[in-house]
Amino acid sequence: MTAAVRVRSRRFGEPNPRVPHVVMAAGMLYFLVPLLWVLIAATKSQPDLLSSPALWFGRGFALFDNIGQLFREDDGIYGRWLVNTALYSGASAVGATVLAAFAGYGLARFSFWGKRFFETALLGMIMVPATALVLPTYLILSRLGIVNTVWAVILPSLLSPFGAYLVRVYVTESVPVELIDAARVDRASELRIFWQIVVPMIRPAIVTVFLFTLVATWNNYFLPLVMLSDADLYPLTVGLTTWFNTAQQEAGTRVLFNLVVTGALLAIVPLVIAFVLLQRFWRGGVGAGALK
Amino acid sequence: MTRALPGTAPKAGGAPGRRTVERVPRRRSRGVTAHSLAGMLFVLPFFLVVVAFLVVPLGFALYLSFFTKSLVLGSRFSGLDGYLRAFTDPLLLDGFLRVLLFGVVQIPVMLGIALAGALALDAITTRFAMLYRLFAFMPYAVPAVIGALMWGFLYSRTFGPFSGVTSLFGGDPVDFFSGPLLLVSLGNVVTWAWTGYNTIVMHSALQGVPREMYEAAVIDGASPVQIALRVKVPAIRQAISLAAIFTVIGTMQFFTEPQIMARFAPQISAGYTPNLYAYNQAFAYSNFNYSATISFTLGFVVFVVAYAFVFVSRRRGARS
Repeated sequence: MTAAVRVRSRRFGEPNPRVPHVVMAAGMLYFLVPLLWVLIAATKSQPDLLSSPALWFGRGFALFDNIGQLFREDDGIYGRWLVNTALYSGASAVGATVLAAFAGYGLARFSFWGKRFFETALLGMIMVPATALVLPTYLILSRLGIVNTVWAVILPSLLSPFGAYLVRVYVTESVPVELIDAARVDRASELRIFWQIVVPMIRPAIVTVFLFTLVATWNNYFLPLVMLSDADLYPLTVGLTTWFNTAQQEAGTRVLFNLVVTGALLAIVPLVIAFVLLQRFWRGGVGAGALK
Repeated sequence: MTRALPGTAPKAGGAPGRRTVERVPRRRSRGVTAHSLAGMLFVLPFFLVVVAFLVVPLGFALYLSFFTKSLVLGSRFSGLDGYLRAFTDPLLLDGFLRVLLFGVVQIPVMLGIALAGALALDAITTRFAMLYRLFAFMPYAVPAVIGALMWGFLYSRTFGPFSGVTSLFGGDPVDFFSGPLLLVSLGNVVTWAWTGYNTIVMHSALQGVPREMYEAAVIDGASPVQIALRVKVPAIRQAISLAAIFTVIGTMQFFTEPQIMARFAPQISAGYTPNLYAYNQAFAYSNFNYSATISFTLGFVVFVVAYAFVFVSRRRGARS
């Protein structure tokens, strides 16, 4: 408290910068340790992984050997998993975002029969836990014969009630009704109004929904675990787990822990880069959902 | 099921606006009806996905829960027997209580750290703060599977640096994978993954609070800590409750972390969490009807808890 008082007299109303800095330094260390560990561990060969200090480098630098081995193991199945993951998350994110943008705009700027009911239901849908839907969806899709296909992962991932809700909030706040009416007077079609006027105005919300559905599918484990049984269709999350199981069961006979670690590192790099590069887009969007 | 696909088509088409231009003006000539029809068409693709992947699965789970299947008798109607079994199943109840205990401790701890981080971010705007925001958010981009694996390695005696710390002082190595510490270990994985996300949500909300609110408090002689707790925190109560609701929903579905951690910790049984139990009932024991019953019950409980939470926090917000 005394420090705070001193600072207040120094700079009007500003808190002592030392307190938040200490809080942050401690937090940063906590958030970084596991990531540092995986970064360092990926540079170690299997014997080094077991013998050298956990948070420091081993005797050799085996990162490139590990990466090479990673893409050769099981006839290069890791590359397939990487492609699958990109495909599932890319297709789901594009689809879910388009659906959410259409629906959010439709709910925000049109009135039609059943809209009020649907909007209330939308709030409820956000509260339905996604994993409670996975097993029943599996049972339905298995009757339709499309489990163990890419569709079994992509189609259920198109559902994003929160995305639609976020777009609806964003349109209500940032797209003036007058603008749309003016465009209608000029006889622009509804779809043209949407793509040429509304979409550019709600771009932060669209980027946010896209990024978050992308991450949700990229990181999803339960859905592909339930839906897929063919290893060639696995995404990274399920694939790496199967390797990890093998590594644990056959400890010593096959060299796999270094592959699990290197595979884990390569699986998180693309998303971390995407989030760092797109920071200024998603930050505004996260807040938009929280304000209501 | 492929009906859900048209939603993806416009984007893939590249120039979607042009394709449907000739269709819409015809409807417009019908006045008000054209307006509402256009609105419905905007919502329709999303609506179809909702029906196919939310309403139908829930309905199907409910339907299945009224039946039991056995090798001898085949599928037969059993009414509410499934629910009677679920509500008296000690394994399921244990799992439910475990998740409840987990949530009661982990959620406040995590949201507290997130709030502290958000307030710190709001107080300073240096490069250091920007760096913190970035690093705190990074775990969110890490799949839960990989987060659980990384922490599993870090906890383990063979790979990790932590379990040996106590042996420096002559004690036994810490076992993060058994006893009451197991739940703490799992809680740490979840806290690590989600604190940053919640920090960003709360920080965005803080940035929306008008500065004049603080200025008045400063003139009245309030300390920075008082301002943080008495002005800033109440101002973003909505964002905090929203973060809490989503955390509650996420916690009730607890699956990935315990499922992965089970490879390190044999104590994690098939019924460690309700969701793990539902999964194992389906895929380890082929009890699809009972699995559907658990899924539906779990979904229903989460829904009711979340809705009650919204209701209570809204009422409390309205009162003050």
